[in-house]
Amino acid sequence: MASSSSYSNPPCAACKFLRRKCLPGCIFAPYFPPEEPQKFANVHKIFGASNVSKLLNEILPHQREDAVNSLAYEAEARLKDPVYGCVGAISVLQRQVLHLQKELDATNADLMRYTGSETSYLNQMTAQFGRMGRGGGGASFNPNSGFPAATYSSQWNNDSNSSEHGGNGSM
Amino acid sequence: MASTRCAACKYLRRRCPSDCIFSLYFPSNNPQRFAYVHKIFGASNVGKMLQDLPVHRRADAADSLYYEAHCRIKDPVYGCVGIINILHQEIHNVQCQIAKIQAEIAFIGTHAQSDQQLQIAPNLDPNFLAEQKGLSNSFDDSSTWFF
Repeated sequence: MASSSSYSNPPCAACKFLRRKCLPGCIFAPYFPPEEPQKFANVHKIFGASNVSKLLNEILPHQREDAVNSLAYEAEARLKDPVYGCVGAISVLQRQVLHLQKELDATNADLMRYTGSETSYLNQMTAQFGRMGRGGGGASFNPNSGFPAATYSSQWNNDSNSSEHGGNGSM
Repeated sequence: MASTRCAACKYLRRRCPSDCIFSLYFPSNNPQRFAYVHKIFGASNVGKMLQDLPVHRRADAADSLYYEAHCRIKDPVYGCVGIINILHQEIHNVQCQIAKIQAEIAFIGTHAQSDQQLQIAPNLDPNFLAEQKGLSNSFDDSSTWFF
């Protein structure tokens, strides 16, 4: 008599963790392979299997892999930093953006100074050659080298860091 | 008698005990805060996470959980990770812009130096003055100036 489980797929990491039978239509199976048990363990600890399942069911199938990977990333970040999770990384990156923006402004100012001094130097040279030649005129010099004033707009200006909170702490 | 239940216990339709873990961080005047956190993490997980933290860290943890939940509800596929990606891109873009401008400054600086040398050298050329006398309209000719 052939065994009913002789040709069955191995259970996915989720079903192994949850100690249940991994059915053919298991929502977790494509994204939690049995070789990566920690991935589901982390996601389960932070979000819970039921919440992950609901979330995946609300997303189109072709987006589920990205969703699972981002959930796994967030879960791991939260386990490493139970207070801030990946929000801590966002704070660090936002500070870095602000710092770089100041550096960009300073570098732009340097460029303006250079192009300003270059223009006055060339005007002097032009005037000098003009006196040696016909005593007037001068070549035109366009200090605009084609580099636009570097500006950028941040798509994320802390507007999601909503002030709607009643907690005592602050981020 | 007015209800003094926190937003969590109101949402979960239960009595709010005096030592409720949620009450300090999920006040009744902001029901959305707990609703979001519950939707993404689940009340039980949030309770456990807060219990595992020292009291003075719980407020920040509740805030960051709300922020994460809010991001995940706005963007169910990427959540906070989407924001991290955007910020990495911004950083890269700005760094490129800074590098470009610094290269431009370096170019102008080098150029100005070599032009200063050109200004001194022609005076030593005996043919130079003769050439200059011949220059009348050529200042308008941009080909004379080869920056």
